[in-house]
Amino acid sequence: MKLLRALIPLALFAAVAVFLAMGLGLNPSEVPSPLIGKPAPAFALPQLVDGTVTGTSTSSNTTTNTSTSTSTSTGQPLSREDLLGKVWMLNVWASWCAPCREEHPLVVDIAQRKLVPVYGLNYKDAPAAATQWLRQLGNPYTGVLVDADGRVGIDFGVYGVPETFIIDRQGIVRFKHVGPLNAGVVRDKIEPLLRTLNAPG
Amino acid sequence: MIPELGHFALWLAVGVTLVLGVLPLVGAQRGRTDLMLLARPATSVLMGLVLLAFGCLIASFVRNDFSVLNVASNSNSALPLMYRIAASWGSHEGSLILWLLMQAGWAWAVANFSRNLPLPMLARTLAVMGLLTLSFLLFVLLSSNPFDRILPVPLDGQDLNPQLQDPGMIFHPPMLYMGYVGFSVAFAFAVAALIGGNLDAQWARWMRPWTTVAWAFLTFGIALGSWWAYYELGWGGWWFWDAVENASFMPWLVGTALIHSLAVSEKRGSFKSWTVLLAISAYSLSLLGTFLVRSGVITSVHSFASDPARGLFILVMLGITVGAALTLYAWRASSVGLGARFEMLSRETMLLTNNVLLVVATAAVMLGTLYPLILDALGLGKISVGAPYFDAVFVPIMAVLVFFMGIGPLSRWKRDEMPALSRRLRWAAGVTVISALLSAWVGGKLTIMSILGLLMAFWITASVAADLWERIKPIKGMAGMQAPWWQRLRQLPRAGVGMMLAHLGVALFCFGVTMVGTYDVEKDVAMGPGDSTTVSGYTFTYLGAKPANGPNYEALRGHLTVVRDGKPIAEMFPEKRIYRVQRNPMTEAAIYTRVRGDLYVQLGEVIEGETWLVRIWVKPFVSWIWFGCLVMGLGGILAITDRRYRAKAGATATEGAGAMSGVSAAR
Repeated sequence: MKLLRALIPLALFAAVAVFLAMGLGLNPSEVPSPLIGKPAPAFALPQLVDGTVTGTSTSSNTTTNTSTSTSTSTGQPLSREDLLGKVWMLNVWASWCAPCREEHPLVVDIAQRKLVPVYGLNYKDAPAAATQWLRQLGNPYTGVLVDADGRVGIDFGVYGVPETFIIDRQGIVRFKHVGPLNAGVVRDKIEPLLRTLNAPG
Repeated sequence: MIPELGHFALWLAVGVTLVLGVLPLVGAQRGRTDLMLLARPATSVLMGLVLLAFGCLIASFVRNDFSVLNVASNSNSALPLMYRIAASWGSHEGSLILWLLMQAGWAWAVANFSRNLPLPMLARTLAVMGLLTLSFLLFVLLSSNPFDRILPVPLDGQDLNPQLQDPGMIFHPPMLYMGYVGFSVAFAFAVAALIGGNLDAQWARWMRPWTTVAWAFLTFGIALGSWWAYYELGWGGWWFWDAVENASFMPWLVGTALIHSLAVSEKRGSFKSWTVLLAISAYSLSLLGTFLVRSGVITSVHSFASDPARGLFILVMLGITVGAALTLYAWRASSVGLGARFEMLSRETMLLTNNVLLVVATAAVMLGTLYPLILDALGLGKISVGAPYFDAVFVPIMAVLVFFMGIGPLSRWKRDEMPALSRRLRWAAGVTVISALLSAWVGGKLTIMSILGLLMAFWITASVAADLWERIKPIKGMAGMQAPWWQRLRQLPRAGVGMMLAHLGVALFCFGVTMVGTYDVEKDVAMGPGDSTTVSGYTFTYLGAKPANGPNYEALRGHLTVVRDGKPIAEMFPEKRIYRVQRNPMTEAAIYTRVRGDLYVQLGEVIEGETWLVRIWVKPFVSWIWFGCLVMGLGGILAITDRRYRAKAGATATEGAGAMSGVSAAR
């Protein structure tokens, strides 16, 4: 009886150690997005062209869409509806964000290999600084949406920059990655997913 | 050459710890004095080697040797010298060398300042510390070598994380590690006593000063960290219940329980098996903290770059160290006697209550810290546990603890009487209630929490005063035969005065926490040059911002003047900095500290042109929080200067012989 009682601390420690060991295999920063499997939040944002912001800004929460054009050429505001019908990637970044710099070569690589059109969401940034950043490091983006006040970021549940989303032809969010991309994620998660999504049918 | 020398010194240290960890232990079991006598010189050699390695690491940083990976990743030629030195413990690898230095340093201190310890006890204690050092040496050498080189050699380093470029970085980690690692002395004493079977009052007396010193350093270390976070992070808070803060707080709570439980073990010979368990737990929780910070199992604002492979290594280390100690405990503790009996109402009961509450508080903090991990491991989803949980659980436990803290020192050992005890405390109770209500009324904001907090602060103060009065008051019928009160005051044992001082520190802490929690005012205003705003009677005028570049950063320095009732109070200069290498913006708050509170100003973001979002806090009595911690720690330091810990050889010789016979009896 006395021995059993003396064993309690050891048993408690063993239980904690088992959980700690299980914890080693988990990634606490990997937070599943409630958006996955749901339509991407509505937005209509101006785009970044050489240090100036063009297109009328509209709040993401309003349903008014100032641009009825389906063209995605730069200079026009871009909305979710404009991108329906194709698979695309949304990469949230900012010139003030150090890890964005770290992942940028991978984003450039994805764009160069034409795996998927990549749209940037320039989050809470100064247009001039953002343009300078892209000049220096290369611009992989088909279009850069300017989210100066971060409202669209909030709708997408962004809590740390960079974050990356993949949205399918129906406008449904299929994938989210928090933090800088790495080669493993691109190879093991993004590429297989894109193959499935881009499969005809 | 220098890094290789450091690396080589660490490998030599492995050899020394193998000798230190095995031979004296064997010697103690077999009664071989020659083997036991190896412990002291081996500890000195170990200390020398680790010091050499530490020196080599610092030299690499000071000399800007960017061929060393650790230097290249954590330093820069433009980094000021003092931060280049501090950068040597700014990384995971470097901080482990600091840990090793502390570990070897504590062992060396035990070897040199425990001259009257019986040889078998000393041999076993040092051997256990040698084994602990060995595990950390292997961790460094096999997974985290700070002396690794890189090719090609970069032209310059990537700089120290700007948040760490602060005087806090120079003092906080060494203090904290002194505390963390200091608990390894208590751990080693406990394990040595379990092996030797000599758990007695003398053992508790040896262990007490070591534990108290470690506890005091941990107190300083945590307080410094909290103060640093307060002024550097710019959130205006002083404690965030972040996983890493909790990791340092858990050993502190258990360490606090341990120093109280040791009092009972020393004075009354009771609680011995409980004391041993606490001694093992305090260091185990230090190790757990190391694991949490370095393995990446928990997200935190200030964890090291994490690596699951390293996490596994520490977990195995943790498993072996703690597992072995607790197995030994289970095996030997059942044969430990209960010690002297005591009544329900006695100081023993009060201290037992203190211990139970502190352990419950530790368990609550641990549950909150590990709960996200446990849920995730069981596949039950991702959550985070924040301040609301910790506040809700922690504050009530502390309130009860503080209540007993007032009664404990005034109650008698073994047996006390309720009428006598309440007579000793009735004045304190009355004064407490009146002054708490009065101050809340003067403050002008009555909430349950503020009244509770003030009651706690005043209750401690009043009961310490009552305790002091009991000790120096004139005894009836002895008039003229006793020394006057001021002489009796000077003759009080330092251990007792240290305790009172530490308890007063808790009172100051409670007062600060309550005041800043209740009367803290925050205001965010857009301010252009010439704009003014008034917060809590202070008028802040923004004069503009000028460039103010530092050695390795570019900055804008804002200028504000503060006026109250027409009188100028302070000029404040908050800064916004961009560090050249890492390019991340840093906010340096301007803080004007006085006894009755801080003014805290921070530049937010540019709104347009020269208009900034300025965040202003008025924080009454906030510095009392850290001052209280300082007083707590100083109380501990004062207590260990007590005469009885410097007992002369004559007194200990007989007791030492008793302990020796305990050894042979156990064998």
